[in-house]
Amino acid sequence: MTPLGLYSPGDSPLHRAPAGPKLLVLLALVTAVVLVGSPVWLGGACALVAAGYSVARIPAHRILPLVRTLLLLAVLVGALQVWLLGWRPALVTVLRLSASLAAAGLFTLTTRIDAVVATVERVLGPLRRIGVRPDRLGLLVGLTVQAVTTLSGIAGSVREAARARGAERSPTAFAVPFVVRTLRHADELGEALAARGIGDEADDPADHELPDTASGRGRRDRRVP
Amino acid sequence: MITFEGVGHRYEERVVLEEVDLALPERRIGFVGANGSGKSTLARMVNGLVLPSEGQVLVDGLDPAEKGPAVRRRVGFVFTNPDSQIVMPTAGEDVAFSLRRSGLSRSERARRAAEVLAAHGLEGYADHPAHQLSGGQKQLLALCGMLALDPDVLVCDEPTTLLDLRNTRRFAEIVAGLRQQVLLVTHDLDLLADFDRVVVLDEGRVVADDEPEPAIRHYRKLCDT
Repeated sequence: MTPLGLYSPGDSPLHRAPAGPKLLVLLALVTAVVLVGSPVWLGGACALVAAGYSVARIPAHRILPLVRTLLLLAVLVGALQVWLLGWRPALVTVLRLSASLAAAGLFTLTTRIDAVVATVERVLGPLRRIGVRPDRLGLLVGLTVQAVTTLSGIAGSVREAARARGAERSPTAFAVPFVVRTLRHADELGEALAARGIGDEADDPADHELPDTASGRGRRDRRVP
Repeated sequence: MITFEGVGHRYEERVVLEEVDLALPERRIGFVGANGSGKSTLARMVNGLVLPSEGQVLVDGLDPAEKGPAVRRRVGFVFTNPDSQIVMPTAGEDVAFSLRRSGLSRSERARRAAEVLAAHGLEGYADHPAHQLSGGQKQLLALCGMLALDPDVLVCDEPTTLLDLRNTRRFAEIVAGLRQQVLLVTHDLDLLADFDRVVVLDEGRVVADDEPEPAIRHYRKLCDT
């Protein structure tokens, strides 16, 4: 499970709220958290987000990875900031990070990815006239969120393999297989998307009847995509 | 019907397929051969994931090199590793993802996805995180992602390689009941017993093409030498 979590099924008001307004509230909250410098207000923002988790009735086992990550960050970032700048700026930074990450986690836990994708497509729809492909950008958002899970899974199994060979302290033993496996996954994912018709010219309904000029014979000697 | 006419393929200097001529009208066709014999490349050519260097592949008279999108709407593809095929966080979202160009509303896509999951042994899993499914369930999910598109042909490239015996049998039972024409690349010879035809490949060439029993006998003999 990633620290930001993924969708946690439920029927709370937060689950039922549309993705677009929720995304706006998230952006507003994060902006406010960045602009505000008072530890009291930032503490209030953290309490507000915690109340959101309670309203959404997120199970404890889904919250735990986020809490662990936040604690780790708080200790590392907080210690560095106290050393460099003093306790007050450190407290402000830790509270900002905690409120922002916890709010983002709450958003992903209560919002289906396809709802986010649909919102992105709808919001960017008018840009189609200037050549922007909202469907592609929506898909990009969906795949990016999913990539967090995939990459943390690859990192976990690579670390396990390194440990099995007694090389848990070797950066090379982690980095090389991680990069290779990530690239291989990207290749396979591209192939799987192509197999599901994603990326075909006909993927865009507006082009549905157009001939497939993109996959002409010029590409005969290579794999697609 | 699927036909291969003088099909050859090479990756740079390495010849992968050579002079393959096949007409494939049967409902259940198996492809066997040693690693590197060219069977996966041949399977990928059916929906244009790989385009031949020589010759022509036709699916219902359509050349994937020229009519890739139209061919991919007819041909579904199930890969060996389901993790590479699953692109959305939950099972329901992943199947619904296949329907994103169908013109259906989001709720209708979700309903259809739940129906497809229920019909293939994943009832109640629509909201389940896809990466937490078992290996067998993931492969069923990958299959559902393709079946949601209701293709006429289903190409499966070693879909049971990562599955245990129980899940292999379950997968085989589901595939046996499909209305689609199925092209199955496999090392599991037991899966092919009830097939109509088995094609044996060796070093990029078709060396046997017969009913399962004689074709598999030929393959076993080939492996003994």
